[in-house]
Amino acid sequence: MSATRPPNRLFRLFAPRASALLLIALCALSPLRASAQVTTVKPEIPLTAAQEKQLEVLLPDLRCLVCQNESLAESRAPLALDLKYEVRNLVAQGKSDAEIKQYLTARYGDFVLFRPPFDPRTWLLWLGPIGLVIIGLLALLWNVRQSRKPKATTTPTVDPAALRKLLDE
Amino acid sequence: MRFAIPLLVLAVLIGFFAVGLNRDPRTLPSPLIGKAAPAFELPVLEFPKKDGAPPLLTNADFVGKPILVNFFASWCAGCQVEHPFLMRLAQSGQVQIVGVDYKDADADVRQWLGVRGNPYAPILVDLDGRTGIDWGVYGVPETFVVDARGTILHKHIGAMTPEAWEKDIKPLLVKP
Repeated sequence: MSATRPPNRLFRLFAPRASALLLIALCALSPLRASAQVTTVKPEIPLTAAQEKQLEVLLPDLRCLVCQNESLAESRAPLALDLKYEVRNLVAQGKSDAEIKQYLTARYGDFVLFRPPFDPRTWLLWLGPIGLVIIGLLALLWNVRQSRKPKATTTPTVDPAALRKLLDE
Repeated sequence: MRFAIPLLVLAVLIGFFAVGLNRDPRTLPSPLIGKAAPAFELPVLEFPKKDGAPPLLTNADFVGKPILVNFFASWCAGCQVEHPFLMRLAQSGQVQIVGVDYKDADADVRQWLGVRGNPYAPILVDLDGRTGIDWGVYGVPETFVVDARGTILHKHIGAMTPEAWEKDIKPLLVKP
C-alpha cells in the first residue's frame, strides 16, 4: 500500500518504548494494589558447631514443598525459610535427624524427604530397578544359550521310492 | 509371537504413563486425613475491628459440628478466585467456614474482606505461619474438612470449586 514511504515509522520507533513505559507504570502501580505476605521477625537460634554440622547435612535431604525440586538448603521460598527455621529450632532442642524427619513427615508426608523410606508402599520403587536388571540379565542369558545351541536341522522326510526314481532318470 | 513381549512391555509402560501423567505433582496427599486436627491457639480477627485484645480460640471451640477450615490470605491469587464461591456457600448456610488468615497483615485482610465480603465465621490469625506448618499447609488456599469430633476428613488443595464441593466435600458432611 504505502510503498513510497516507510510504513508507520513513528509507530515502530515508539511502540517498544511505549510498551516498556506501560510495563514500568504497571510495576510501579502494583504494590499499591496487592498486599504482600508478612514475614515475622523471629529471634536468632544459636547452634553449637556440632548442631550446625547436623543441620548442614540434614537440610539438603529435605524437600522444599513449594519449589519441589529444590531442597530446603537451597530454597528461598517463604515456606522453605519457615521450615528451615523450624528445623533449626528442633536441632537446637537436641532432636535427632529421625525425630526431625518424623516431625516433617507427620505434617507433609514422605514427599518432604528426598530419600523415601523403605516400606511396603515403596518396595516397587526401591526394588523395581534391581528387578528390571535381573530380568534383563536372565533374558540375555537365555538368548545367548539359544544362539549357542546347534541349530536343529530339520531332516526332510524323503520318500526313498521317489528318490530312486529321480536318480534313475 | 515375536512381538508379544515388546508389545506387553509397551502396554505396561502405557499403563504407567496413563496413571502417572494424569496426576498433578502439585497436589500432595495429606498424612493428616483421618487424624485429629493439629492443636492450635489463635487470636480472632475481628471484622469489623473492635477495641481490646481479641479472644484466643482453640480446637475445643469448634467441637460439635463439622466445619471447613480455609487457609487464605489477602495476598493470595487463588483465594480471590475461590472467594465468590465461599461467599455463596456461607450464605447458603450449608456449612460453617472458619478462615485462617495465613501470614497476612490485619489491615490488608480487613480491606480485602471489606471489598469482597466476609464468608468466614470466625477468622483466625496465623501471623507467623506456624499453625499452617502444623496443618501441613504448603500454599494457600487450602481447605480442610473437619468433622464434629475434630477429625480431619479431607483436604482440598488450591481454590475451592463448586465441583469439588459437590463431589468431595458435601457427601462427607451429610454422613452422621
